[in-house]
Amino acid sequence: MFTQTADQDLLEATTEQYLAATYPPARLRELSRRDSTFDAALWKQGAELGWTSPLVPESAGGGSVSDNGLADLLAVAFQFGRHAAPGPLIGTNVVVAALGRWGSAEQRGGPLAELLGGTATAAWAHAPRSVGRSHAAVRAARSGDDVVLNGTASRVERGAPNGYLLVAAATGEDDARSHYLVPFDAPGVQTSPLGGIDLTRRHLAVVLRDVTVPATSRVGEPGTADDHDELLLDLTAVLQAGEIVGAMERAFATTLRWTHDRYSFGRPLGSYQEIKHRMADLRTQLEASAAVAEKAARRVGEGGHDARTWASAAKAHVGRAGPEVIQDCVQLHGGIGVTFEHDLHLYLRRATVDAQLFGTPAYFTERLVRLLNAAVDGGR
Amino acid sequence: MSETVIDVDVFAARARTWLAENMPPADPAKDTFFLHAATHPTDEQVLARAATCRELQRRLFDGGFAGICVPAEYGGQALTPAHQAAFNREIKGYDYPSEIQASTFIPCMAVLLEFGTEEQKLRHIPRMLRGEEIWVQLLSEPGGGSDAAGAVTSATRDGDRWVLNGSKIWTTSGWWGDWALCLARTNWDVEKHRGLTVYSLPMSAPGLQIRQIELVNGSKDFCEEFLTDVVVPDADRIGDVDAGWSVMTRWLHHERTISGGSPYVTGGGNRPNEGPYDLAALIGAARRLGTIDDSATRALIGEAQTSSLVLRALVESVTHKMAAGSLPHHAAAMPRLFGGTANARRAAIATELYGDAGVVWSPDEETSAQVGLGYLIRQASCIGGGTTEMARNVIAERLLGMPRERRADTDAFRDVPRGPQASGAH
Repeated sequence: MFTQTADQDLLEATTEQYLAATYPPARLRELSRRDSTFDAALWKQGAELGWTSPLVPESAGGGSVSDNGLADLLAVAFQFGRHAAPGPLIGTNVVVAALGRWGSAEQRGGPLAELLGGTATAAWAHAPRSVGRSHAAVRAARSGDDVVLNGTASRVERGAPNGYLLVAAATGEDDARSHYLVPFDAPGVQTSPLGGIDLTRRHLAVVLRDVTVPATSRVGEPGTADDHDELLLDLTAVLQAGEIVGAMERAFATTLRWTHDRYSFGRPLGSYQEIKHRMADLRTQLEASAAVAEKAARRVGEGGHDARTWASAAKAHVGRAGPEVIQDCVQLHGGIGVTFEHDLHLYLRRATVDAQLFGTPAYFTERLVRLLNAAVDGGR
Repeated sequence: MSETVIDVDVFAARARTWLAENMPPADPAKDTFFLHAATHPTDEQVLARAATCRELQRRLFDGGFAGICVPAEYGGQALTPAHQAAFNREIKGYDYPSEIQASTFIPCMAVLLEFGTEEQKLRHIPRMLRGEEIWVQLLSEPGGGSDAAGAVTSATRDGDRWVLNGSKIWTTSGWWGDWALCLARTNWDVEKHRGLTVYSLPMSAPGLQIRQIELVNGSKDFCEEFLTDVVVPDADRIGDVDAGWSVMTRWLHHERTISGGSPYVTGGGNRPNEGPYDLAALIGAARRLGTIDDSATRALIGEAQTSSLVLRALVESVTHKMAAGSLPHHAAAMPRLFGGTANARRAAIATELYGDAGVVWSPDEETSAQVGLGYLIRQASCIGGGTTEMARNVIAERLLGMPRERRADTDAFRDVPRGPQASGAH
C-alpha cells in the first residue's frame, strides 16, 4: 500500500506472515471472550521482528531499517489494522519514542530496554479535548526525593501486567505539567477493566492514589509535558491512521471478492454499475487515506516543519473516511455484513476505536485550523 | 548522443543565469485560472496575453530552452526529461507562456512527433517552438459527451484532399489558436473505433466558423466550431486513414500528462492561484465576516484544509506509484475522481462560509463574486477532462477488474443508435 524500501517491505512481509499465522479471525473471536488478550511470548517475538525499535536510534538500543523509523512502523501498524491484532503496538512505541528522546540514562537503561526487548509494554495516558481542560487529571506533589501522584487516567490500553504508564501531571501553583513514568505494579495504581467495541484490545480506567515514585521518574525537563504531548500526539495520529488504512484495505479486499462471487438476479453483484461506482469510490478513498497517512509518516518521521499539519490532516481524514468506507462495505454485503460470524466487523471495530481515541477527527480538524490561524498571523 | 549531452547541473546553472537576464518575473497577484476569475478578461486582453506568450516562447527558443526534449532537426534541444525537469524548477517565479503549454505542446506537438510525417514535423514543430503556431484540439462534439470515439464529424475523400463537415465543441482557446488537430469519421461501415482519421488544419480555413461559448460564470474561453465543406489536403492527414483511434489513444494520453510527467511541458512550477479557496483567504474571509471563532465555520475551514492536503498527497503518491510500476496508468482516474469531488465540495464550503456575502455583494468585493460564480460553475470540476462517472468506470473495470459494461455500439457505426430519431438514419 505504501512506497517503501526493500528493507521496509521485508519488515512488513514478516509482520504480515506472523500476524496471519498468529491471529486468524477464529483466534480473534476466541480472544473476544477473554479478560486479557496480551500474550507475553507472542509480544516478545514481535519485538524481535522489529515492532518496538524503529522510533529510537541504534545508539539508544533501537534502530530503523530505513532513514525514517515512523515510516517503518506505519507498515507494521497497517498490518495490525489488517489483522485487527492486539498490541499494545501504538502505546508501547509512543512511550519508547518519549524515553528515547527525553529519557534519562537510567530510564534508557531500564524501562526503555525492557520495552525494546518486548519484556514490558507501555501506555500513554492522554485524551485531548478541544473544549475544557483534561490537564489537571493528575497532580504531582514533591515529597523528599519522591513524587506523589494522585488522579485518574481514563481509557488506557491494557498490555503486560508489568508495564508502564506515561502520564502528564501538574505540579505547583503554575500548573506546569511534566511527564512521569509509572510502573503499573506500583502501590496505589488501581485499574478497573472497561467495556468497549474492540474485540482484541482491552482498556482500563486507572486511578492513581498516593502513588509514590522517585523524582527521577520524571521524563524530560520540568514543565515540558504539554509540548511533548503534542509530538506524541503526532506519532499516535500517524500510527492510528496506519491501522485504520489496514482495516480499510482488508474490508475493501473482502468486499471486492464478494462482488465477484455473489450473484443476484442472475448476474454477479459487481456487474451492476451502481456497485462498480461505489467500489471505485471506496478504492479511491482507500488510496487517498493511504497517501495522506504515508505523507504524514514521512513528514513527522523527518521532523519536517509541516509535520503537525500533516499528522492532523491524516487523522482528521482517515479517522472519518475509514469507518465510513468499512460501513459501506457492510452495506454492499447486505445482511451477512452485520453478523458476528462475518469478519467485516473485526475491521470496523478496529477502525472506529482508532478513530475516536487520542483525539477525534473533529479534534484534529480544529487543530489544523489553529495551525492555519497561527500561520496566517505569522506570515504577516 | 550521450557524449554531447550537457550535464543536468551545468544546464540548470546556465538556465538560471539566462532566465535572470531574459525572462520577466511572474506576477503572483495575477489570476490566470479563469474558472476562479470573477471579472473575465476582454477579448483584447486575451489577445494581448496571447501575444506575450508568443513573445516569451520566442525568447525561450532563441535562448536554447524551447523543446528541450525535442530532436534538434525540428528545432529542439535534443536533451532529456531530466533537463526539462531541471529547467522547470529554475523557471519557477518567472513569467512564461503557461497558457500555450496545453494544447500546443501537449497533446498536439507530442502527437505530431509520434505520428506526423517528416514534412509535417519539419513544417510545424519549429513554428510551435518559436511561438508562431498555437495549436488547439478539435475533438469533442456537441452530441458526443464522454464518447470521443463516437465522433460524427465526417471527412470525405475527394482526390488528394478531404472535405470535412460537422461540429466540434469545448475547444480551449479555439478563437485565438492558429492550427488544430481534428478527429473525423472516414468510414461509417465498421465498428466505431475503426473508422476514424486525424487531420491537421489551420483555424483560418474557409468554411470553419468559430463561436465563443459563454459559461455560467462569464468565461468565454471555450469555443464551438462548425465545419462546412472545410478542405484539408491529404498531406495534412496525421497517421493512416481509419487508424485515427491509435493516434487518439496517444493524443488522450498526452493530454492527461498536463497534471505532470510530460517531457514537453515547460513550467508548471508556479503555484496555481487558488483564488478565494486558498486557505489563508478562507481564514481572512472568516475574520472579516466575524465568524472565525464560530465552531461550524472552523469545521468548514478544517475540512477544506484536510481535503486539499489529502488531494496533494494522493496526486504525489499515485504519480510516484505509476512511474514505479506499482500501479497501472489507469490509476490516474483516482486522483481525477478525488480531485473532482473535492473541488466541488470546496466550492460548497466557501459558499457556506461566505453565506449572504457570497451571493449578494458590492462592486468592490471581488472575492465574494468569485465565490458566488465559482459555486455556479463548480460541477465543471467533475465534468471537464472526462467526467467523474467515466473515472469510476475506469477504476472499477481497469483497476479492480470488475465486469465491463455491456456495449451497444459494436456494430457498424452507421447502425449504432445515436438518439431517439437518429437511429440508423445517416
